Amino acid sequence: MRQTLLTAATTAAIVAGPALADLTIVDLSYRTGPYGANGVPFSDGYQDYFTLLNERDGGIGGEPIDLRECETGYNTEEGVECYESTRGAGDGALVYQPLSTGITYQLIPKASADGIPMHTMGYGRTSAKNGDVFKWIFNYPANYWDGASHAITHIMEENGGDISDQKIALVYHNSAYGKEPIRTLENLAEKHGFELMLQPVDHPGQEQKSQWLQIRRERPDNVIMYGWGVMNQVAIQEAVNIRYPMDQIIGIWWSGSENDVKPAGAAADGYKALTFHNLGSDYPIYDDLQEYVVDRGEAAGSGDQLGTVLYNRGMYAAMLAAEAVKTAQEMHDVSNINAEQMRDGMENLEMTEEKMADLGLPNFGPEFSVSCENHGGAGFGAVSQWDADAGEFELITDYFQSDQEIISRLVKEDSMQYAEENGIEPRC
Amino acid sequence: MFYRESGDFKTSYTEDSQTFPIRVDRVGYYIVLIAAFAVVPFVINDYWVNAIFLPFLIYSIAAIGLNILVGYCGQVSLGTGGFMAVGAFACYKLMTGFPDVNIVFHIIISGGITAAVGVLFGLPSLRIKGFYLAVATLAAQFFLVWLFNRVPWFYNYSSSGQINAPTRTLFDVPITGSYTTPWAAYLFCLVFVVASAIIARNLTRGMAGRKWMAIRDMDIAAEIIGVNPLKAKLSAFAVSSFFIGISGALFFAVYLGAVEVGEAFGIQKSFLVLFMVIIGGLGSIFGSFAGAAFLVLLPVLLKNTLVGGLGWPTDLAAHLELVIVGGLIIVFLVAEPHGLAQFWRVAKEKLRLWPFPH
Repeated sequence: MRQTLLTAATTAAIVAGPALADLTIVDLSYRTGPYGANGVPFSDGYQDYFTLLNERDGGIGGEPIDLRECETGYNTEEGVECYESTRGAGDGALVYQPLSTGITYQLIPKASADGIPMHTMGYGRTSAKNGDVFKWIFNYPANYWDGASHAITHIMEENGGDISDQKIALVYHNSAYGKEPIRTLENLAEKHGFELMLQPVDHPGQEQKSQWLQIRRERPDNVIMYGWGVMNQVAIQEAVNIRYPMDQIIGIWWSGSENDVKPAGAAADGYKALTFHNLGSDYPIYDDLQEYVVDRGEAAGSGDQLGTVLYNRGMYAAMLAAEAVKTAQEMHDVSNINAEQMRDGMENLEMTEEKMADLGLPNFGPEFSVSCENHGGAGFGAVSQWDADAGEFELITDYFQSDQEIISRLVKEDSMQYAEENGIEPRC
Repeated sequence: MFYRESGDFKTSYTEDSQTFPIRVDRVGYYIVLIAAFAVVPFVINDYWVNAIFLPFLIYSIAAIGLNILVGYCGQVSLGTGGFMAVGAFACYKLMTGFPDVNIVFHIIISGGITAAVGVLFGLPSLRIKGFYLAVATLAAQFFLVWLFNRVPWFYNYSSSGQINAPTRTLFDVPITGSYTTPWAAYLFCLVFVVASAIIARNLTRGMAGRKWMAIRDMDIAAEIIGVNPLKAKLSAFAVSSFFIGISGALFFAVYLGAVEVGEAFGIQKSFLVLFMVIIGGLGSIFGSFAGAAFLVLLPVLLKNTLVGGLGWPTDLAAHLELVIVGGLIIVFLVAEPHGLAQFWRVAKEKLRLWPFPH
C-alpha cells in the first residue's frame, strides 16, 4: 500500500512537474463553495480553449501556453493568496481573470503596482472602462452598467417605449457586485420615469423568502436580477412559488445559466437573461474541441460542461486573451511576450467578424475595439430566454448598445473620483 | 537534555513571577523576537507576507482579544467578525477624514472605538450567561454587518459599498496602499502583535486578570469576595474589543487594502477566531498564537502540498483540505481538549524531566 502511494505520488509529481512553456496564463477558479456550480463551467471553458490551442496549434504563435489553476472559493483572502503565489509562476503571469468582483477590487491596486493586466469580462469595477485612469484593468466587451441599461431598454421595447408608470424591482446580491448597477438604474429611472425598488439579498443567498414576499405584495411590473451562485437558483424558485411571470424577470449575464433555471423545472420556462456572447454548441470550434481536447482526455474538470452558457463564456474569455496575445506578439515582434507587452496587446485588441469566423466562432460576440481611453468595448449585449422543453437558452434579440450618454458620464465621474483619491494622472 | 535547569536559581519575587521563569524558554523567546525583528524582514517576499505572515499576525491579535473575553473572563462571544468590522470601518473613516494624522494613531483610535462598541454590546452579559450570551453577541455580529452595509456614510457613499485603504506612510515608508513593501507591512503588524501580547500578558496576570478569572470560575463567589461583576465583565469586553478592533483595522488597512463587510467580516470570521482560541487553548496567550498559526498555516500548507507538490486537481485539494482541517480539529479536541497550549505545557513537563522521568 505504502509503495503504491509513494509511486502514485511520485508519478503525479513528475507528470505535473513544471512544464517548459512560456506563456503563463493563470485561471483563478472556484470549484467549491456556494458559487462553485457557476465557477466550474466557466473555468472548464477557459482551460479547454487554451488546451485546444496547445494541442492543435502548439500554443499561440508557436509559444506553448503554461496554464496554472488556483482555487479561490470566491473568497478574497484566498484570492490574494492565489494572486501572490501565481504571479511569479513560470515567466510571470500574463493576465488575470478572477471571476469575482470582490477579488477584482482587491487586485486592482496590486496588479496596477505590479504591472500585470487584469481582464474582468462583464464584471469587476465598471469605471475601469476608463483606460485613462485604469491603465492595467480591462472590462471589455460589456460591463454591469451596460447590463442595467440593456435590461431597461428591453423592458421599454416590450412596453411600447413608455415605462413611466411602471415599477421595476432590482433583486441583487448585497455586495460590491450587486450594488454596482444601482446608480445607473437610479439615473435611468430619472430619465424614463419608472419607479425603482431595491431588494438586497445577503451572501450566499439561500434565504430570500422576505424579498419575494415583498415583491408579491408590491407587484412590480418587472424584476431585474443581479445574482450569482446559489442565489440564482433560490431566486428563480421563489419567483415560481409566488407565481411571478417568468418573462418579466431579466437576469444579468451572471444570472442566466442552465444551473440557475433547471432546479425550478418547467416552471422556469420563459426566464430571460442578458448575454454578451452567443450560446449553444453549434460552432465549428466544437468539432476541434471534441477531437483535440475531449477525445484525448484533456478536458478540464469532468468534461461534461461543453456547450453550456458559462462554458461558452469561459471559452470566450480565453479566446479574447489569446487574441490579445496574438496582437501583442505582432506589435512587439516577439513570441514570448511579457505582462507589459500583453497589456499593449489588450489595449490594441480589435475583434471583427472575420477574426471570429476564422477561429471557428462565427457571429459569437459583438464586434468591438479597445483603445487607450476605452477599456470597456462598445457595450453591446443581447437578451436570451430559457426554453425549458428544449433545455437551452436562446437569443431573442440582436445585439444592441447600452445608453452610452448616461453610462459614459457615470464612468467618467466614478473613475475621476478614483484618480483623485489615488493621485493618478490621466495618461491618454 | 533540552532543559538544563541546574544553577537557575530565583532570588527575588520579580524573578520568580516572570513570564518565562525557565532560562531556556527565556533565551528561546529572545531568539524568536530577534529573528522576527532582525532576520525575517530581510528575507521575506510578497508571497510570504501576504499569504502567511500578515494573516498569522493579524489573526493572532484577534485571537488574543477573544481569548481575554472567552478564555479569561468566561463570556462566550460570537461577535468577533462584527467587532473586527467596527475596527476596519473606524480606521477607514479616520484615514479618509483625517489624512494628516499618522496611521498608527488611526489604528489605536479604531481599537478605542471598537472598545466602546464592545462595552455597549457587553451590557447584556450582566444579566445573561453562557449560551444565551452567545446568542446576544451573535445579534451584535449580524447587526453590525447590516449597519455597515446599510448606512452609506460608513463607506463614504461609494457605489459599490467597498472600502479602500488609501496610501499612508510612517517615516515616509508606505504602510498601506499598493506600493507597500513586504517588510514594511510585516514589521508594522509585528510591532502591534508584540505590543498586544505584552499588554495582554501583563493584564491577565495582574489584578484585572485575576478578577476576570474569578468571574469565569464562579461569578457569585467572585462577587462575594469583592469583585465587582459590572466592572470586571465590561472591562473584559472593552479590552477584548480593543484588540479585536486593532486586528480589524490592520486586516483592512494593511493586509487586504479593500474590504466588503459581508464577505470579509461575516459570521464565518467569528467562528474562525473562536476556533483559533479553542484549538490554541482557552486562557493562554501562547495558545492564541498557536491557534492562529494552526488555522492560517495548515490550509496554505495543504494547498501547496496537494496542488503544488503533488499536482492534484484544485477542487479535489480544496475539498480534501476541508476534510483534513475538520478532522484534525476533532482529533485535537478529543486528544487534548485544552488545546495546543496544554499540549505544549505537557510536552514541556516531560522534556524538563527527560531522560529521567522517575
